[in-house]
Amino acid sequence: MSLTTTQATVDHANDPPETNYLRAKSGLRSWLLTVDHKRIGVMYLFTVFAAFLLGGFFASMVRWELFSPNYDELGVAIEGGKIFEGDTYNRLFTLHGLVMVFLVIIPGIPAALGNFVLPLQLGAKDVAFPKLNLASYYIYIVGTVMALWAAIAGGVDTGWTFYTPYSSGVDGSVVMMVMAAFVLGFSSIFTGMNFIVTVHKMRAPGMTWERMPLFIWAIYATAIIQVMATPVLAITLLLLAMERVLGVGIFDPALGGDPVLFQHFFWFYSHPAVYIMILPGMGVMSELVTTFARKQIFGYRAVAISSLAIAVISFLVWGHHMFVSGQSVYAGVIFSALTFLVAVPSAIKVINWTTTLYKGSISLDTPMLYALAFLVLFTIGGLTGLFLGALGIDVHLHDTYFVVAHFHYVMMGGTIIAFFGGVHYWWPKMFGRMYSAFWSKVTAWLVFIGFNVTFFPQFIMGSRGMPRRYHDYLPEFAEFHRWSSYGVVILGVGILIMVVYLLHSLFKGAPAPGNPWGARTLEWSVQSPPIEHNFHEIPTVVEGPYDYPLAGDGGATKA
Amino acid sequence: MSTIVKHHVAHHFYDRHQESASAKMGIWLFLVTEVLLFSGLFVAYTVIKALNPEMWKEASATLNTTLGAVNTVVLIASSLTVALAVRAAQTNQHGEKNKQIAGLLFVTILFAGTFLVVKYFEYSHKFHEGMLPGTHYAFDGIASNNAHLFFGVYFLMTGLHGIHVVLGMGLLTWVMIRSLKGHFYKDYYTPVEVGGLYWHLVDLIWIYLFPLLYLV
Amino acid sequence: MASGNDTGSFWMPPQASTVAADVDGLYNFVLWLNIIFFVLITAGTVWLVIRYRRRSNDQYATAQIAHSTWFEALWTFGPLALLVIVFVWGTRVFMDLAVAPEGAYTVQVQAKKWSWTFTHPNGAVVPGELEVPAGRPVRLVMASQDVLHSFFVPDFRVKQDVVPGRLTSLWFEAKAPGEHQIFCTEYCGKDHSRMLAKVKVIAADVDYRGPQTGKPAEVSLEDWGKQLYTKFGCNACHSVDGAKGVGPSFKGLYGKQESLASGGTVLVDENYIMESIYDPNAKLVAGFAGGMPTFKGQIDSEGIQSIIAFIKTLK
Repeated sequence: MSLTTTQATVDHANDPPETNYLRAKSGLRSWLLTVDHKRIGVMYLFTVFAAFLLGGFFASMVRWELFSPNYDELGVAIEGGKIFEGDTYNRLFTLHGLVMVFLVIIPGIPAALGNFVLPLQLGAKDVAFPKLNLASYYIYIVGTVMALWAAIAGGVDTGWTFYTPYSSGVDGSVVMMVMAAFVLGFSSIFTGMNFIVTVHKMRAPGMTWERMPLFIWAIYATAIIQVMATPVLAITLLLLAMERVLGVGIFDPALGGDPVLFQHFFWFYSHPAVYIMILPGMGVMSELVTTFARKQIFGYRAVAISSLAIAVISFLVWGHHMFVSGQSVYAGVIFSALTFLVAVPSAIKVINWTTTLYKGSISLDTPMLYALAFLVLFTIGGLTGLFLGALGIDVHLHDTYFVVAHFHYVMMGGTIIAFFGGVHYWWPKMFGRMYSAFWSKVTAWLVFIGFNVTFFPQFIMGSRGMPRRYHDYLPEFAEFHRWSSYGVVILGVGILIMVVYLLHSLFKGAPAPGNPWGARTLEWSVQSPPIEHNFHEIPTVVEGPYDYPLAGDGGATKA
Repeated sequence: MSTIVKHHVAHHFYDRHQESASAKMGIWLFLVTEVLLFSGLFVAYTVIKALNPEMWKEASATLNTTLGAVNTVVLIASSLTVALAVRAAQTNQHGEKNKQIAGLLFVTILFAGTFLVVKYFEYSHKFHEGMLPGTHYAFDGIASNNAHLFFGVYFLMTGLHGIHVVLGMGLLTWVMIRSLKGHFYKDYYTPVEVGGLYWHLVDLIWIYLFPLLYLV
Repeated sequence: MASGNDTGSFWMPPQASTVAADVDGLYNFVLWLNIIFFVLITAGTVWLVIRYRRRSNDQYATAQIAHSTWFEALWTFGPLALLVIVFVWGTRVFMDLAVAPEGAYTVQVQAKKWSWTFTHPNGAVVPGELEVPAGRPVRLVMASQDVLHSFFVPDFRVKQDVVPGRLTSLWFEAKAPGEHQIFCTEYCGKDHSRMLAKVKVIAADVDYRGPQTGKPAEVSLEDWGKQLYTKFGCNACHSVDGAKGVGPSFKGLYGKQESLASGGTVLVDENYIMESIYDPNAKLVAGFAGGMPTFKGQIDSEGIQSIIAFIKTLK
């Protein structure tokens, strides 16, 4: 029983303001050499967002090309149909994938939001290894520079999946790009290591595992995957580079190797990687739904354990990317079964978030709009995964636009939407400013509508047979592609408005109170923005993270 | 110098126990990632060997088992010396064991250097004979097809391991220099422990590589 | 919703093979599951948001429900049961797709950047078009000359990657005569999206062993050469208008003195053109990287003569 707003015994959210972490030290050096997790998180936030805009630019080029087919039914060239040559188009879609996967979605929530929030939510003054944290950021920058260099120098047109033997021998900066991903992997690994140790060793007194916010559980499960899966990507990429440089021959049949072996190696990392992408988003969801419904999460233990279950099972399903690759029928059956198993914990989370809303007090602030968007879009993405997990259907749908739509619904409709939600939720804490409620809600609707207009038609054209990674297509698919391209315009407008009002808030936004949303986790028990060392004294935790009061109690009791 | 320099616990930790427990957990996690990194190569080894059993037998017979065994003994000895260095740091009360820690680390580094010298001889013999990976393969002493695959795996596994040996030598050198300055004593010897753990893994990986490449 | 028919439905292409209806049946089941659960979650969410909307700032939750064993069990084991059904059903359909019936009509397929070539039991080698009998199982044995490709016929619901270094196969039985699209569905480079072909299903009797190939009598050599130019994918690399592509343009090629990469020159006559088709890297033209595959075994001497005739028309 507590009279404070948060889990801690004492709240400092509304104390007289002191110098915060943004102002404590000034000058470029103080940022470039910072070991403050909050500053590192902010640097990641801006860099990841910039990478997102770059990846979005490539996507816009792709959809510009695909707005119209290049030839009509009679084989006559359509004016304005072809924008880019095939080689250029192939580089554009490859770069879109590489930038989005390695520079945006994998680091995204953990690095930009996790870095900032995790120590605060745990009641710690920093992560376990602050210098390693800064190193993670610089490694990310080095990897990014290498990737950009590779993109400009020779370009890469292999697709982000680098399948051999095409990637073993094609011209272009494949080795440089592959080594860029190798370097970026270390950033991911070090962040994961840092977070695991921080969660184990640096929780505030009284914060048992079951009093940890679910965002932490999600980041923790993600970190486990980061640590265990990324090294396998590292060795895969290294082997591909050696294949190109030395002609080792393990993946190239002309040299005695096996292309399907590459696929096994690649997807052994890349499937768990997609859970690195979604789990943090699910963690954000748990925070948003509880805060904006003023409710205890329904099924705390189930949500926490399901994060770990997803992390473990995610290592067992990689072969579902390879049902028609030539792998054995029996392997396919096993992978299909395990794939359906991994759907269950995700389904549990979705129903638990929805049920949390029951009898709550629901406020539709912008972060909550994103949470509701996630619920709808991730549900579609997850449900459409069922088509793909079923062997008999996957034969038809594999490598069509159905798959493209599915993964965009989960990665963008899921992770990116959750990322936007988290940014809008923690923005007042990070910068001490409120952004425009009106424009942020407009944007949320534009993003939601634009997203659906872009990607829903892709399900239909996919099941009708439209293959993916196609520079040009048969006229029968033209209408779907047109709608899809229109959707990108709506999305783009929304995101540009977002950039404007967020930047504007940094200079002109209303000062944010310590706890603008009335949430209960520890980051809301300090001023906005926090002081450099987060807490003067480490708080003591006496309750769960979502022990919201009931109506009529004035905050004095819980159910 | 026979004094110690007191270690200041980093500001975000409560005390040195939390700090050293965190560091130990961190290095163990890192070692897990290293095992997974090498595991990819072990999988490649398994697949290629299973698909080319005759070739593998012929090609692996060209390796010098004696030199491999010498390297194994050298690395095991180096693990012993680094463990003794950790022990010395643990029992270093006032700096009386600074030189001992540094000396044991130095011997470890010497063993590591010996390992690399032996590998140099092995590698240069192979280069001379044309037993090279991939498209550079030019040896005609093996009848079976695809022998370049064996040497690809051999050089990748021992090469990646060798890189880790070099990195370990650098790490241990840094720890050795700091130990001479009196940084490590009974209440703080984490870097010696972390360096030691890393080195044990480097040794352990070789203990798998040796039989897999040289003996089967 | 998708239903058994020959014109396709909102979601699916026509059911042109015997297995298509089974695939679509499962697809429809999963589609219904999708719709039902989507409506449940979305409508449920919308209702909850409206019903429990915060109307004043001091409004709090009217119940704090941390868990409910029966509900959690229902929502765990209910979906699990449905998923098991989908898994078993999907595996069954997959087994039908994976195992070709006895006595199938077998065609060898060659995939290469960026064309398909089909070799029939009677020895006919046909680029770009797969002629098969209706009402009989057809088995394709597929090989790649270079990188990964994938053979996909949406109307039949079949797909299989074509992997260099090994043979892969798929089978189908087309229900009735008609034409169906073949796509390549594994990214293979520049003209991946132009690596198209057609299945031509014909009514044929039980001893059908393949189409009659070779130039039809009423078609001139030059026109046949022009058809082969597209069918064998020469158009991907050799333009007819002088533009430099992956390979030299055919415009003005015949009779030219071409400079070779190895030094020296060669006169482009009939023999050089034939050699370039059967042994493309023997005399590489200067300024080009090579990489043209051989068409030995795929283009016969009549085909060569036709292509030469066609090139001669491109002054």
